[in-house]
Amino acid sequence: MEDRKTEGETAEASQPDADERAHRLSRRRLLGGALAAGPALAALHEVVPHQGLHDALGGNQHHDAVAAAAGHTGHGGVPVHANGLGTAGPTFRGGLNVDHDGNGFNPTEILRDFDYGKTKRMASGRILREWTLVAADKEIEIAPGVKFPAWTYDGRIPGPSLRCREGDKLRIRFVNGSAHPHTVHFHGLHPSAMDGVPGQGAGIINPGKSTVYEFDAEPYGLHLYHCHVAPLAEHIARGMYGTFIVDPKQGRPDADEMVMVQHGYNTTFDGEGNQFYAVNGIPFHYMAEPIEVNRGDPVRIYLVNALEYDPINSFHIHGNFFDYYPTGTRLEPTEFTDTVIQGQAQRGICEMTFPNPGPFMFHAHKTEFAELGWMGFFDVS
Amino acid sequence: MEARGETLERGPLSGVPTWILGAGVAALIAAVLVVLAVAGGDSLPDRLGPPVEELAVERTQLEPNRIELTLRNTGPDEVTVAQAFVNDAFVDFTGVDQPIGRLGSSTISLTYPWQEGQPYIISLVTSTGVVIEHEIPAAVETPKADGDLFALMALLGTYVGIIPVVLGMMLLPAMRRFKPDWIRVLMAITVGLLAFLAVDATLEGIDLANESGGAFGGVELLVLGAGLAYLVLTAVDRHLRARGEREGDESGGAGRMALMIALGIGLHNLGEGLAIGSAYAIGELALGAFLVVGFAIHNTTEGFAIVAPLTRSNPSVRRLLLLGLIAGAPAILGGIIGASVTNPELSALLLGVGVGAVIQVIVQIAPAMRDRAGRLLDTATATGVAAGVVAFYLTGLLITV
Repeated sequence: MEDRKTEGETAEASQPDADERAHRLSRRRLLGGALAAGPALAALHEVVPHQGLHDALGGNQHHDAVAAAAGHTGHGGVPVHANGLGTAGPTFRGGLNVDHDGNGFNPTEILRDFDYGKTKRMASGRILREWTLVAADKEIEIAPGVKFPAWTYDGRIPGPSLRCREGDKLRIRFVNGSAHPHTVHFHGLHPSAMDGVPGQGAGIINPGKSTVYEFDAEPYGLHLYHCHVAPLAEHIARGMYGTFIVDPKQGRPDADEMVMVQHGYNTTFDGEGNQFYAVNGIPFHYMAEPIEVNRGDPVRIYLVNALEYDPINSFHIHGNFFDYYPTGTRLEPTEFTDTVIQGQAQRGICEMTFPNPGPFMFHAHKTEFAELGWMGFFDVS
Repeated sequence: MEARGETLERGPLSGVPTWILGAGVAALIAAVLVVLAVAGGDSLPDRLGPPVEELAVERTQLEPNRIELTLRNTGPDEVTVAQAFVNDAFVDFTGVDQPIGRLGSSTISLTYPWQEGQPYIISLVTSTGVVIEHEIPAAVETPKADGDLFALMALLGTYVGIIPVVLGMMLLPAMRRFKPDWIRVLMAITVGLLAFLAVDATLEGIDLANESGGAFGGVELLVLGAGLAYLVLTAVDRHLRARGEREGDESGGAGRMALMIALGIGLHNLGEGLAIGSAYAIGELALGAFLVVGFAIHNTTEGFAIVAPLTRSNPSVRRLLLLGLIAGAPAILGGIIGASVTNPELSALLLGVGVGAVIQVIVQIAPAMRDRAGRLLDTATATGVAAGVVAFYLTGLLITV
């Protein structure tokens, strides 16, 4: 009986509209008895079906049970799957939240947060763009109840998304407030002394010290920055990476722009893979808080892979296709696709419009990473 | 004696009653312990490393779409289970709401659509990000501890415990015709059988103890079980012997010895039943003719051991059956315990009890091997012991649990 009911809901979920959503919500409330957590239930305000992942995985054997019972707990919550069978997709323990306030950042805000720095026009007419990055050790709640002793830029993972325009003069003041030595190593064109590696220029910046990196913004495209102190993998994996965007001189067409930094947490520090995978800091975050986008509007995703310990990562979106611009250094896309693979430090721009309304899942199609946290939803309206 | 008494009398506390002296010393020890606990702890620096988080899984239960683990904190520090993943996918779960204190226990119930026969690794992520793994080599639904299970274990226990032992006891009429020297050899064969049994059970117990990783010890439990069983059985034996002497038992203690052997073998079969029950619970027991026949041949030798002392006495059939039940029926109890409480620590303890019991039996019957010169091992008995060891080894090859 139970199975037949959920199958019916699966069918409904494929074409949701406002009425149906309300209907499902009320039924979800009735199902509430199955949910152990009262507070989670009270916070429910939307329902997201999880059918898609399993279709994508080709997992027909679970089809009878996949479905509608999946939902989320609202602001800052985690996804809760109430069908009790475990077939509705991976999830953290139901009813608990990550403390975003305590962390000092929220992936929903990081998504569209571009840091243009402080600018002034120099005598030559060029723009001088300045930022200050502060390294800080910080304990971050990466999953409900799990604390990770992170090393960060500006207290967040990923670090600020620094954004400039091709030809700007860039000046990045780096202050090391961490108990460990760090640097900032930018991808892009710059003099050897500005490379942010030990033994060149200012070299290693010890705790309490600071330096200034100065170079021109080139080439245009999507880049990244990260710490380059040994042991390198650990300095990166602890959280010291961020996005570095150089817009072309003429700019890019208007779009709803967002950053997605793919990364992981090796909480056991064994250097052999990660226990948690995420985009923008918190695993499963966009399952709980889907990314709101408008139907028909152009969307541009700056997609960066900062994952350590695993050789590849990938990005896949359900029910939609995007133009892909590897590294963003050409203005013509190389591919029209729904899946891209990125190795370490690879990045690219995804441009798309969503023709259909409703929730659409996105996740690493290295599905192991998806089930360990690297998945989320767009909510198209 | 004299001198010591004088010394005491001259002592400064000689006038103080013993109980006051004892209470005073106890109070002093308590006071020092309190001071140590309060001040001593503070005088030492904190531990250098991070918290040591350890959990042992004492019990694994599988039902459709659900995996339940009984956890025990075997480390020095509190452990908080924050998240869990199964074969690299995070799962929802209930239980373990609170941190588990030292030696504390808790149950976690994971929602997961496991498939029969497949291996699973369950990873518990603690609040500090440490991952504690538990492996299920092949998932099989845990049998429910209901009437059906008890009936099955009763049947199995009867097959592998009672029937073979009683079969072995049927050799008694034939053994009666043996000369006294042959009886000595019979006893030697029995000793050989039991010695091999003790070694076999010890090795099995060490294996089990090593995999338990439990809070209450592993091999220690085996040794504890063996020691306690040995001492208890020795005490029982002394008691029976004293009573027999009071009542003028004329059988020369043959009945008592048979009972003690039956008791010892019974305790051993408890451990054997436990192994069978545990293997059944995790789906590793091949239930079939091979198992039943193998055990029958193997355990027939145990029945033989029980009646070996009785060749010169004339026990009733009822008494013989009772001895058979004492030796064989514990296999049923062991099977039920093993199938419903899959706990390696308990298994190690009970296996240890079996080992201690068997050793006690060996000590009991060894004197019956002596020749007129009082030697334990002459050519005949040495050959007998060797024959017993080889016989038990060979029949043991027929069974695998």
